[in-house]
Amino acid sequence: MNVNPKIIAFLCNWCSYTGADLAGTSRMKYAPNIRVIRIMCSGRVEPAFVIKAFKEGADGVLICGCHPGDCHYHEGNYKCLRRFQLLQKYIKQMGIPSERLRLEWISASEGSEFAHLVNEFTETIKGLEPSPIKNTIETFS
Amino acid sequence: MEEKPKIKLAVYWGAACGGCCVSVLDVHESLFTVVEHADIIFWPIALDFKYKDVEAMPDGHIDVTLFNGAVRNSENEHMARLLRKKTKVLVAYGSCAHMGGIPGLANFTNKEGIFNRAYISSESTLNADKVFPQQHFVVPEGTLELPEFYNDVRTLDQVVNVDYYLPGCPPQTERLVEVFMAIVTGATLPPVGSVVGALDKSQCDECKRKKTDNKLVKEFKRPWQIIDDGETCFLEQGVICMGPATRGGCGVRCIEGNAPCRGCYGPPADVSDPGAKMMSAIATMIDSNDPGEIEKIIETIEDPAGTFYRFSLPGSMLRRKQL
Amino acid sequence: MKQYTIDPITRLEGHGKVEIFCTDDGDVENVYFQVPELRGFEKFLEGRPVEEASQIVTKICGVCPGCHHMAAGKATDAVFGVRPTPTAVKLRELFYMAHFVHSHIAHFYALAAPDFVVGPTAPAAERNVLGVIAKVGIEIGTEVLKQRRIAQEIQALLGGHQTHVVMNTPGGVRKGLTEEQRKDILEKAKGFVEFAKFSLKIFNDVVLANKTYVDIILNGPYNLKIYSMGLVDENNKVNFYDGKVRVVDPEGKEHCKYAPEDYLNWVEERVESYSYLKYPYLKQIGWKGFVEGKDSGVYHATPLSRLNAADGMATPLAQEHYEIMYKTLGGKPVHATLAMHWARLVELLYAAERAVELARDKEITSPDIQAKLPNLPKEGVGIVEAQRGTLTHHYWTDERGIITKANIIVGTTNNNAAISMSLKKAAQGLIKKGVTVDEGILNMVEMAFRAYDPCFSCATHSLPGNMPLEVIFRDSKGNITRQVKRK
Repeated sequence: MNVNPKIIAFLCNWCSYTGADLAGTSRMKYAPNIRVIRIMCSGRVEPAFVIKAFKEGADGVLICGCHPGDCHYHEGNYKCLRRFQLLQKYIKQMGIPSERLRLEWISASEGSEFAHLVNEFTETIKGLEPSPIKNTIETFS
Repeated sequence: MEEKPKIKLAVYWGAACGGCCVSVLDVHESLFTVVEHADIIFWPIALDFKYKDVEAMPDGHIDVTLFNGAVRNSENEHMARLLRKKTKVLVAYGSCAHMGGIPGLANFTNKEGIFNRAYISSESTLNADKVFPQQHFVVPEGTLELPEFYNDVRTLDQVVNVDYYLPGCPPQTERLVEVFMAIVTGATLPPVGSVVGALDKSQCDECKRKKTDNKLVKEFKRPWQIIDDGETCFLEQGVICMGPATRGGCGVRCIEGNAPCRGCYGPPADVSDPGAKMMSAIATMIDSNDPGEIEKIIETIEDPAGTFYRFSLPGSMLRRKQL
Repeated sequence: MKQYTIDPITRLEGHGKVEIFCTDDGDVENVYFQVPELRGFEKFLEGRPVEEASQIVTKICGVCPGCHHMAAGKATDAVFGVRPTPTAVKLRELFYMAHFVHSHIAHFYALAAPDFVVGPTAPAAERNVLGVIAKVGIEIGTEVLKQRRIAQEIQALLGGHQTHVVMNTPGGVRKGLTEEQRKDILEKAKGFVEFAKFSLKIFNDVVLANKTYVDIILNGPYNLKIYSMGLVDENNKVNFYDGKVRVVDPEGKEHCKYAPEDYLNWVEERVESYSYLKYPYLKQIGWKGFVEGKDSGVYHATPLSRLNAADGMATPLAQEHYEIMYKTLGGKPVHATLAMHWARLVELLYAAERAVELARDKEITSPDIQAKLPNLPKEGVGIVEAQRGTLTHHYWTDERGIITKANIIVGTTNNNAAISMSLKKAAQGLIKKGVTVDEGILNMVEMAFRAYDPCFSCATHSLPGNMPLEVIFRDSKGNITRQVKRK
């Protein structure tokens, strides 16, 4: 159980960040545990970002991009998809539950979908123990 | 003319295989040049200087120490700290000291996992009483000591400050001689913390295999699943090669032997985690936009963690598997 | 109780130490040989694709990486149920002969020669390769370096990477040989034969012609009547690359001859609390303690044991010297530990002759270097002779060929019990009541250990060739009463 998890959310500028903005301006309530990092395209998210987030103590990492076919840069979200799937295989080998990493497509008009996603993901992460990764890295035995 | 004093050189090994010491010896005829300029004052594999001799040295007495091998146990750690104190310029020599090396793969497991496999479940081992090696063991005549075996393998710079890194498994001897002569001739050394004895660019720059811009694949292949034509870039044949994420300087020796690079020279400049970079590149090669097909293609990538971090697991961002 | 600590032992690949306990009178009570290191290859090979094992296990040892590469390569072939092509086998074996040449030369000239050419109780400053060169001439030192370099170059050509070789692939090798390269290697191999003959001549002129040395070899405290193990071909001749493992008892009678996949029926290992290294012994005989004899499962796997376990050498000149050796030392089997040095030179000659045979073989330049892989991967054992003993690699994989389990018995590991016993015997024979434990005595204790060539020797150059020894005398309260250091 993790009452107050830290979740890093990478949101792409054109779709998902705008969608999150819409949730905000519409005064939709959603769990406050996410820390948003805005990138121009979900295709900018490289494995190193996700790994670094976990290393620094994130309990969960969320990546959001434009729906397939709608990417502002045409194919960036597909690059993100491929990296995400390979990352899942990697973190599984590293003993990190796959539930901690999630990828969803959120469009600029999907404010309520975004709020719903954040709540759902936060619940999932709350159900897991706090991530041991940062502690493991800082302690040698 | 006043004779220039010889450099006081030390070579020491932690959890190592001896290959780095062999690489120092592989100077062959240049050995006479080395001995002309250096006094090797500590080298357990070759010389009779003892740990006590190092302890008796004043701090900073040793000019250059080439420390190879990873930090696996308390003896390795003790010697790393001792040599740091007694040395002016401490070089992490070879992949193990630099990034953890092959012994670093033990960070997929821990002490319990290793002890159970080696001493209990090994098929050739009979150990009904579950005897394990002990740090202190009392025998009728006295007490016997062994170093403590840690759970984690560490790089040298995770234990002490390192001045330079000389990468490779082992470092190509020509690179060692270049670095050594630079020190001897008093050339300006790069800033502390630099990687020396290696190129800044990746293996691809040196590699003689033919490359095109098209690296999309519909599946990845194990090296034995292709008939290597000996000329085409491994990645373009679908075989994972760590070349793009690995520094040059080794003379592309494995690729010359028709084996794909496995990354022993560590990441190029400005990249701290080679595995993460490689994953990014490999993912870009997947020729599909459909999640189901992507999944199938990823299934053909065996052991990503052990392949992309073959030599660099302890030095990687996550450092070890969560157990 | 007096306690002498020898820490660290040097001139081996790896770390080691020795504790000698003496009664207050000065007689040796007991000796413990400890290995303080462990890395866990058998565990972290799990999860790796099996074809990668060949390149991961070379990092077990940087002096004999080729041995691990070959054992792993053969195990991987067995996992896939594939026989490599004839050309691939020849290329592997040719690489392997060069590997033996470089290692055996280095060991003999760095470790063995000083004790015999200069003398076991000669001043320490002379008991190294420089002393040898002073006695036999500087051309030889240069020649040693040169021959070692040539052997390494052949390894690099055939094996890709010069140290951590990459040549093996399941069912074959990655790179073929051109006709030009073959001819070049042939000339170099002939040079090895000459150098091997020359080395044997040195041994004959300097050691065998000296009655004192012969006496030390035959009658010194370096004698262990235990089982001998080595790989033999179908004619029971010594073979480093392939064959069956044959074990003979202390009287020379065959105990077993097993194929690699049957090793678990014949060899077992045990654990002691004071060492990270396990102790193999013969399973059917059983572990009876650190004792000699037919009823004890202790065995050794060394150049001498290989010659003991075989009926002869497969090449003519080596066979000649094999016969001379046994005639001189009083018949088979020989238990004189120091005879290992002689056996090593006979093997050097065999490796050189075999390299010539292989380099003459026109089939070695064929492009057919990889066999097709017919079967799903499962399980396999590969055994070769490493320079210091029989080397066994055993892998289990899932249906994708990912390693699920690995078991490895390494060359020097076979000799763990024998080394412990040799050290104890040497110490007991040399350190007694009334004897001053000085430099010469210490060196003679070392000679028991050194003969096994524990994996690394590197003084093929102008560095002092002494093993570091520091003897600390403590009284029964643990206070240091005296220290003897050998610089």
